[in-house]
Amino acid sequence: MSVLPLSNFRVVDFGTAWAGPMAASLLADLGAQVIKVESRARLDGLRLGRPIVGEDIAGGDRGRWPELQPVFHGINRNKLSVTLNLKSDEGRQLARELIVRSDVVMNNYSPGVLERLGLSYPELCQLQGDIILVSMPSVGETGPLRDILAYAPIIQALSGLMSRVGYSGDEQLVGELQAPWSDVVAAMHAALATVAALRHRNQTGQGQFIEVAQLEATISMLGEGLLDYQMSGQVAGPAGNYDPDFAPHNNYPCGGDDQWVSIAVRTDAEWQALCRAMGSPDWCGDPRFAGRPGRLVNVKDLDAGVESWTRGRSAGDVVQVLQQHGVAAMKVMNIEDQFTDPHLQQRQAYLEIEHPHVGIEWLYGMPWLLTGTPGGIRTPAPTLGQHNEYILCRLLGLPPGEFKRLQEAQVVY
Amino acid sequence: MTAEPPPTPPRKPGALQGVRVVEWGSLVSAPFCGKLLAELGAEVIKVEPPGIGDDGRNSGPFPRGVPHPERSGLFLFANLNKRGVTLNLTDAAGRGLLGRLLESADVFLENQPLELLRQTGLDYASLQVQHPRLVVTSISPYGRSGPYQEYRGYDLTANAMSGLSFGTGHPHREPLTTPMHQASYLAGVGGAFATIVALLGRDLTGRGQLVDVAEAQVIGTLLTGYHLPTYIYRGVAGWRSGNRMRLGLFPNCVLPCQDGYICIDAPQIEQYQRFLALLGEQDWMEEPRYRDRRAMSDQYPAEAESLIAPWFMQRTREEILQACLANRIPCVPVKTFDEVLADPQLNYRDYFQEVGRVEAGGYRYPGPPYRLSETPCRVVRPAPTLGQHNREILGGEVGISEAELAQLVRGGIV
Repeated sequence: MSVLPLSNFRVVDFGTAWAGPMAASLLADLGAQVIKVESRARLDGLRLGRPIVGEDIAGGDRGRWPELQPVFHGINRNKLSVTLNLKSDEGRQLARELIVRSDVVMNNYSPGVLERLGLSYPELCQLQGDIILVSMPSVGETGPLRDILAYAPIIQALSGLMSRVGYSGDEQLVGELQAPWSDVVAAMHAALATVAALRHRNQTGQGQFIEVAQLEATISMLGEGLLDYQMSGQVAGPAGNYDPDFAPHNNYPCGGDDQWVSIAVRTDAEWQALCRAMGSPDWCGDPRFAGRPGRLVNVKDLDAGVESWTRGRSAGDVVQVLQQHGVAAMKVMNIEDQFTDPHLQQRQAYLEIEHPHVGIEWLYGMPWLLTGTPGGIRTPAPTLGQHNEYILCRLLGLPPGEFKRLQEAQVVY
Repeated sequence: MTAEPPPTPPRKPGALQGVRVVEWGSLVSAPFCGKLLAELGAEVIKVEPPGIGDDGRNSGPFPRGVPHPERSGLFLFANLNKRGVTLNLTDAAGRGLLGRLLESADVFLENQPLELLRQTGLDYASLQVQHPRLVVTSISPYGRSGPYQEYRGYDLTANAMSGLSFGTGHPHREPLTTPMHQASYLAGVGGAFATIVALLGRDLTGRGQLVDVAEAQVIGTLLTGYHLPTYIYRGVAGWRSGNRMRLGLFPNCVLPCQDGYICIDAPQIEQYQRFLALLGEQDWMEEPRYRDRRAMSDQYPAEAESLIAPWFMQRTREEILQACLANRIPCVPVKTFDEVLADPQLNYRDYFQEVGRVEAGGYRYPGPPYRLSETPCRVVRPAPTLGQHNREILGGEVGISEAELAQLVRGGIV
């Protein structure tokens, strides 16, 4: 096993819910030692939520429930857990001692919380001059909306992205993507900025403060939409699956219940290949479809033709035939399709790990393959405070008696 | 007495100063990855086929909708801060010149079809022999290993495989892909992260490696992977639920109002109670059927939404925003892009950056996604025109003579 690329770095993770913990987990997957600081005094909300494993019990934060959330297990794998009650002076002091021995501090607190905890960037710099502090506020640490309460869909609404998710025509706007889009976008950008800052620190010895406003990270991928408005003067609404440069370009119904196939054609050569793959039916010869401009204008008629061919076939057959002819096509997969797909299986998109309370569980695997230093899931998500003794006694060097006292005083809690 | 102008503060270097990237990118994913690396201070040289250029040049938006290879909004945005050369890589002489560029490069970044990479000897198996320290970042719809490695794909088909499309849209309609090529952009971000990690790894091992980023897998893990337990433990493979998030707590949806749409997502009980107080006392609020927020979200969401919809329909987005800000309720207008450009929060923070180029005019671009206190991102140059830096790079830096360059241009190599 080769050495993992981030194995020289220690990260203190104050993240809660999604964006912060996922940013830290992207580093943990590739070897960083990530220490999750959490507490029963204020549990990470993702340890609660809706139970999926076992009985749908009521129990709040009592008993085993905080250990049974698979979503939490996904974005907290490969981490160590220390429970520090940051409401206490001693808890905050222990956090500082941990930070002194670390390279990166990550948080997605609301603006002002780090200052209240005495863990602001200037204070951390005094402790550890070359620390890298990463904050992930919703819309920024400054500005008129800085204190807004915002979850991922709220950010997506403010970003402009949501205004384009829906069908063309007058059907009610869909808006929602069934995933915490802005959380993940912010997490990936935070991880990216962190490794860039680590490289800079390796070269120069200099740390820094990184602010990733989740709204700005989301908009940073929407240049097409912003430039479209400025270049055309028109406010674009949702356009379904239509694309200004592709035709056909849609998800088409196949045989079976709720089965769909995506087909995307850009060039004339791809269009001709699609016609051949479909057995060159008469409608393909319609002169309106011969060139791309005509196909774009008449895309609804084109869709009707393609659909007449896909409707009686299985999505798998359609993909196979079209790909044999060099046409971009893929089944519209649900999570069952993804989990059982031989391609995603071979690429280890989903991995199993044994968790002490759940047993064997399947989690998402590596999002990208560093083929020389692959990383992966080395340890399951930690139970609450699982590594207290290691971190406080071994790493910080507390004597056993002191450790016990801090537990009884609910500082380590 | 004339005051001396204040000295210009020295420019802080970018975080990736000294990193050299050669990009052979097309459309969005690899170009956007290159843009992120360039914005962080890497030196990125973009290689395009002579006369044709990156296919992104043929993709909209265009000013007033008129196509022009130097005016594509997609291209201008995804290629900020790069220098550009033209090389015909299907020709041995062109590949020879690329090899010269790669000698001093840290990263080769591409998103070309595997078949073309093999034909040109630019697949990783071939490259690593000559350039063992090179990090090769390869972004593709489905990835460079596995049974579909040679399949054709675009953003639409990557979204399809990712699981995101299946859940997006109304239950009675076709699944919806992400708008504006979001799978490709996201893979670009992941590619930039993984590239820098591989560079850090090279400092430890002395070796480069292949970084294999599949658009479908980035989304299929980080975004939709969390649906896996619901499938394994509950047997639920997914469904479309239109304007509302599934498996949430009511209210968690997009609803029409007087002048557009709003989005509300108020999971915490205190948030919901403040929202009910804002609505004012109503008979339904006491009924047991409308006190179970999980059932309202899962079992009869349309009915539940109809109870709160009138309050929104009687108000404008601005009135709703102000009332919800004042009462600490997570509920905002669904903004369109003209409104995003005018947004007070973003403009207070100087988020947008004005970039101009003679052939294309000036526009306001999205700013960098993050702010680094010691190594700030900045715009150094607009996207390159086709072959803009041929002489500077191939002549000045690679050391091709003027006469040789002229011959290469005549031969269609440059």
